[in-house]
Amino acid sequence: MNTANAAGAAGGGAVREMSAGEARPGTRRRTRARPGARRSRYHAGAGRRVVITGIGVAAPGGIGVRAFWDLLTAGRTATRAITLFDATGFRSRIAAECDFDPAAHGLSPQEVRRMDRAAQLGVVSARQALADSGLTPGDVPPERLGVTVGSAVGCTMGLEQEYVVLSDCGRQWLVDPAYGVPQLYGYMIPSTIATEVAWAGAAEGPVALISTGCTAGLDSVGHGYQLVKEGTADAVVAGASDAPISPITVACFDAIKATSPSNDIPGTASRPFDLDRNGFVLGEGSAMMVLEERDAALRRGARVYAEIVGFASRSNAYHMTGLKPDGREMAEAIRTAMRQARLRPGQIDYVNAHGSGTRQNDRHETAAFKAALGEHAHRVPVSSIKSMIGHSLGAIGSIEVAACALAITHNVVPPTANLHTADPECDLDYVPLTARDTRVDVVLSVGSGFGGFQTAMLLARDRGAKPGQRGGRA
Amino acid sequence: MTEPTRAHSRARSRTPARDHDDRPVVTGIGVAAPNGLGTPAYWAATLDGKSGLGRITRFDSERYPVRVAGEVSEFDDTEHVPSRLAVQTDHWSHLGLTAADMALRDAGVDPATLPEYEMAVVTASSSGGTEFGQREIEKLWSQGPGYVGVYQSIAWFYAATTGQISIRYGMRGPCGVICAEQAGGLDVLAQGRRLLRQDARVVVTGGTDASLCPYGLVAQVSTGLLSTRDDPERAYLPFDDDACGYVPGEGGAMLIMEDAAAARARGARPYGAVAGYGATFDPPPVPGQEPRSNLRRAITLALEEARVDPAEVDVVFADALGVPARDRLEAQAISAVFGPHGVPVTAPKTMTGRLYAGGAALDVATALLAIRDGVIPPTVGVRAAAPAYELDLVRSAARDGPVRNALVLARGHGGFNAAVLVTAA
Repeated sequence: MNTANAAGAAGGGAVREMSAGEARPGTRRRTRARPGARRSRYHAGAGRRVVITGIGVAAPGGIGVRAFWDLLTAGRTATRAITLFDATGFRSRIAAECDFDPAAHGLSPQEVRRMDRAAQLGVVSARQALADSGLTPGDVPPERLGVTVGSAVGCTMGLEQEYVVLSDCGRQWLVDPAYGVPQLYGYMIPSTIATEVAWAGAAEGPVALISTGCTAGLDSVGHGYQLVKEGTADAVVAGASDAPISPITVACFDAIKATSPSNDIPGTASRPFDLDRNGFVLGEGSAMMVLEERDAALRRGARVYAEIVGFASRSNAYHMTGLKPDGREMAEAIRTAMRQARLRPGQIDYVNAHGSGTRQNDRHETAAFKAALGEHAHRVPVSSIKSMIGHSLGAIGSIEVAACALAITHNVVPPTANLHTADPECDLDYVPLTARDTRVDVVLSVGSGFGGFQTAMLLARDRGAKPGQRGGRA
Repeated sequence: MTEPTRAHSRARSRTPARDHDDRPVVTGIGVAAPNGLGTPAYWAATLDGKSGLGRITRFDSERYPVRVAGEVSEFDDTEHVPSRLAVQTDHWSHLGLTAADMALRDAGVDPATLPEYEMAVVTASSSGGTEFGQREIEKLWSQGPGYVGVYQSIAWFYAATTGQISIRYGMRGPCGVICAEQAGGLDVLAQGRRLLRQDARVVVTGGTDASLCPYGLVAQVSTGLLSTRDDPERAYLPFDDDACGYVPGEGGAMLIMEDAAAARARGARPYGAVAGYGATFDPPPVPGQEPRSNLRRAITLALEEARVDPAEVDVVFADALGVPARDRLEAQAISAVFGPHGVPVTAPKTMTGRLYAGGAALDVATALLAIRDGVIPPTVGVRAAAPAYELDLVRSAARDGPVRNALVLARGHGGFNAAVLVTAA
């Protein structure tokens, strides 16, 4: 089954052997001149500044930041035929799955029994992020530590598995209460994932689960950012988790033909911006980050990946799943985030696209980038990591923020895999196939979701902080 | 009755001092509750002590250990929601859409006349479109994947209500969805307030929940916290010696929050202002040890931010789970801040059942109505608060008297605590 994981047809083998930091003549190019001295303060106002000091990732292709970054910078894909259940009879039978053994990642038998897969992935990535940050209760007391977790579908997998038992495979509308397990209610309320992360991090400050569909992962980081910025918390474990690769979620995307039916080419089925794309490939995973008030983080000598300098969301009020081709509301979210950060379009070095691989999305956001960034939209590298790790609904926004922070740390832009023939209506620089070494100081990440949500976040290198020393390749 | 003793508090604010005009106000209320659809019906029933609890009618509950719930029995989904919208949404969203429409009318807000990006929707949901979800998942498992309907993807996920309200009224501002079980219904007010301090002008907020389908009920039963009594009048008795768990319900409330100056400028009459908020989280339970609650700190944060002394609080709307161990923790938190018998406490949710995210939003609506009319609604059914709790519980009848500051508490399953202080505008 894993043979399908090989990279796309063109140049896959060569790309796989490359590491992020290695020189790659011919592919290494600078996209533009450095903006230089005109760059001023990124942050808006004189308020508190918020930095990312720890990252944890549990994504398809590997658990941990190193495996994740290796996959992205090598341009490998982790999409494959579904193994989590027998997908015979479904329209789309492919997904980006995590090879995840919860016990191997420190979860006790009781935790494994209690938690849905989304909570397990979330707890593992949260523990990684906290360990990576080096944050201790002595640095931030529990009551000043918050948690914001995004999830689109919560604990659906557990909810479905128990449903099958209680309903005897869908035969009983009046499900049998005798088979109810104690954790069943915890599966019905997605906030359980935030509870588990809060317990894992010993947080006793504000805790929330954000569930704005496929922008939940960006919105949850944005929510955590605001809690720290306004002083409600001094640090927040912020991120997202989703584990939607279960029959009901696969079936509901089948029903609206949103997912790719390219079951014969699972490894290359996720093709954002490519003329041959035919829907997104479902994924799963989690990323968590430790957000801290900058001064306190610097005082304790924390390593800073990046600063969050702008966050805004808008809604299209148009259609629950449809997108207007003009990208108007996403453009407005981007402009608002740029205003907050006091950044001009020309200062953005990389755009992490939503890039789900549906035709309407790719055109929608291409238009949004042109509207918000003007001419710079044609110069700045734009890529979609969903081409490699699929679309994990509410989780992907946080996974993408993690990728953006790593892009700044390593000065590497991850590629859009499987992009061989660009859709003529998508005429930007989507960084096809191969990662690009280039100076990355400011990154824009966007998300778009069912319900009409459009979110934009801006991250920037924190020049006053210590440079990155750990995480990814040295 | 002796003069209540009230604990001293330090009126310290973590946030910079703000002009009172900076406090967002609530200008519209929409209610879909088991004891009343629409604010006038709900409020009249609540003051009269009329309960909406009864035998479950949405399905045959005979085989389940819980057979009593609060259903919004007057509500007809197809009558209250346009048919095209009704087919693509769950009952929980129908209740939310209806309450939001009532709230907008009540506020006199015409979305067509306001800047699109300055209107936002932030709703809380505890469990999403449970009933719709059960129908579709039944089709999947009994018939096959091809039988799952096209609306499953947008009906059952937790963002459905927010998305549909945003679309219905052309609200293109920063929309959101918060899930923290019961506490989420207060958390959304804090988020609404945050947006109003940024660039929003009007925020539709609040929440509803409705998980009274067979699978939803069995999931709720799994906690062991629900009441299994069949007598609706004796089933949900928070703080009573006879407390035996809570009764689940459906419904909730939507609130229109506005910037105070903008509301004043358009001549709106606010119900009150959201003056303070605090949220905390409990540590995990440790077997063999007394649970530790951070509810008290949430209360203190809300009062400090509002710059209101405990002695100035006229009523506390309790979370009132009806489970003795949890009631004790809440009573301890209230007594620690206000002193024994230090403040009137009420829980009109005994007349609706626990509505989760919808319940906390409904409690805020009720608190605002209490401020407007100068009357505290009763905790119907409770005969006497257990003496050990040292609470001044407003029991069988409403209590008259000016209400200027009302504190609303909500605890979400799993450790969430939230407190909101609403005050006369």
